[in-house]
Amino acid sequence: MIRFENVHKSFGKHEVLKGIDAEVDKGQVVCLIGASGSGKSTLLRCVNGLEDYQSGRISIEGETIDAHAASIHAIRTRVAMVFQRFNLFPHMTALQNVMEGPVHVLGEDRREVRARAEDHLRRVGLAEKMDFYPSALSGGQQQRVAIARALAMRPDAILLDEPTSALDPEMVGEVLAVLRDLAQEHMTMLIVTHEIQFAREVADGVIFLDQGRIAEHGSAEEVLTRPQNPRTQEFLRRVTHPI
Amino acid sequence: MSPLSERIQEYLPLLVTGLWQTVAVTLISLVLASALGLMWALMRSSGSRWMSLPARYIVEFLRGIPILVVLFYIYFVMPEVGLDLTAFQAGVMGLALTYSCYIGETFRGGIEAVDRGQIEAAKSIGMKHGKMMRRIVLPQAFRIALPPYGNNMVMLLKDSSQVSVISVAELTMQGKMLASSTFDNMTVFTMVAALYLCLTIPLNFLMRRVELKMGAAT
Ligand SMILES: Nc1ncnc2c1ncn2[C@@H]1O[C@H](COP(=O)(O)OP(=O)(O)O)[C@@H](O)[C@H]1O
Ligand SMILES: [Mg+2]
Repeated sequence: MIRFENVHKSFGKHEVLKGIDAEVDKGQVVCLIGASGSGKSTLLRCVNGLEDYQSGRISIEGETIDAHAASIHAIRTRVAMVFQRFNLFPHMTALQNVMEGPVHVLGEDRREVRARAEDHLRRVGLAEKMDFYPSALSGGQQQRVAIARALAMRPDAILLDEPTSALDPEMVGEVLAVLRDLAQEHMTMLIVTHEIQFAREVADGVIFLDQGRIAEHGSAEEVLTRPQNPRTQEFLRRVTHPI
Repeated sequence: MSPLSERIQEYLPLLVTGLWQTVAVTLISLVLASALGLMWALMRSSGSRWMSLPARYIVEFLRGIPILVVLFYIYFVMPEVGLDLTAFQAGVMGLALTYSCYIGETFRGGIEAVDRGQIEAAKSIGMKHGKMMRRIVLPQAFRIALPPYGNNMVMLLKDSSQVSVISVAELTMQGKMLASSTFDNMTVFTMVAALYLCLTIPLNFLMRRVELKMGAAT
């Protein structure tokens, strides 16, 4: 579904992605792991055109993604994104946040969207908080609203950039539980995460990114339990046994 | 001289007419300056050089000219190129142009202070630039810009006295004429100052209230 073919990306002279080849199939959950600065966020952001890339090709169901083309707006409605820092719209309630895209971008019927948005919010456990503004919600609740906002677009795939990294430890679980549910329903997801245990449970594939290159790519079992690359081994040692 | 209370009663009607003119000049200029200022700000943050550069030059150009000169120019020079304006119209135009720069910068500051993550979130649900501005960026930018906008408003109100130089019959002008015909400078200008305060003090108070309310809502 999402396909990377020899993708190169630089910020000025600094090459951040050095030839990425990978694929995320429909219904798959792929976790992207790697040290800070290895290019995980950049790779993710290239998929919905928040960053451009210089060469190679990223495509979704065969359609090339080009951040500068007019088609990017339509592509973004099909590839939702969940941010590390939630980025909810602060002047809208949780429900309005979730309804915003379907109503004002896709032009869908407000009443239908409302019913659907309420369902999504109930699903992520926020039935009681629909009319709250983001500032009145905890980090974990805000991130769940953000996930509901992504789901409301009925996307083909969801990109998640460290969805639990900005959360207090006691809230990580509630967000991962929602993602686990989505994985079970075969929502296509590309997730940047440091939650190795979570990746082991839900990921169909794991990509280890090292300084802009894919150092290891395989099933969760292969990459996380029996990593071949010494850099993967070293990275896993550090994140699973922090000193 | 007649007793103070009598003199005050005598001067008041004339000064109050001036006061209404001041209010009219201020309100009309404010509306125009806000609309123009919003346009400058939107052009500057459009992401297109063809929009942002002209706006930037216009604003820098206008800001470099004293308001009195702008007023003289509009009132005395424009008729020579066929644009005849009443003193009131010229005054409003001069104030609106000058203040569109300050207000434009205020709005631009607000727009730029909106968190980058908001723009990315808006884009990520497929919003195009215009809708993103309208629905996501501007509502937040206005909130941020509100306190400086309030300042602009009070400054505009006070600077509306400048249009007296092209003989708009607003409060300051009426005071000047009254003082020169009665020689009662102290009473007249004290009354003029008091009447300005009757506008600025409530306005400041109102702005603080609105700010508090807005602050509580986020
Ligand atoms: N907008 C940018 N401008 C310049 N350099 C950037 C920008 N964004 C990221 N980088 C650089 O690209 C590299 C990869 O960043 P990033 O994709 O954020 O890594 P990760 O998400 O894996 O921590 C880093 O060296 C970072 O400094
Ligand atoms: Mg990152």
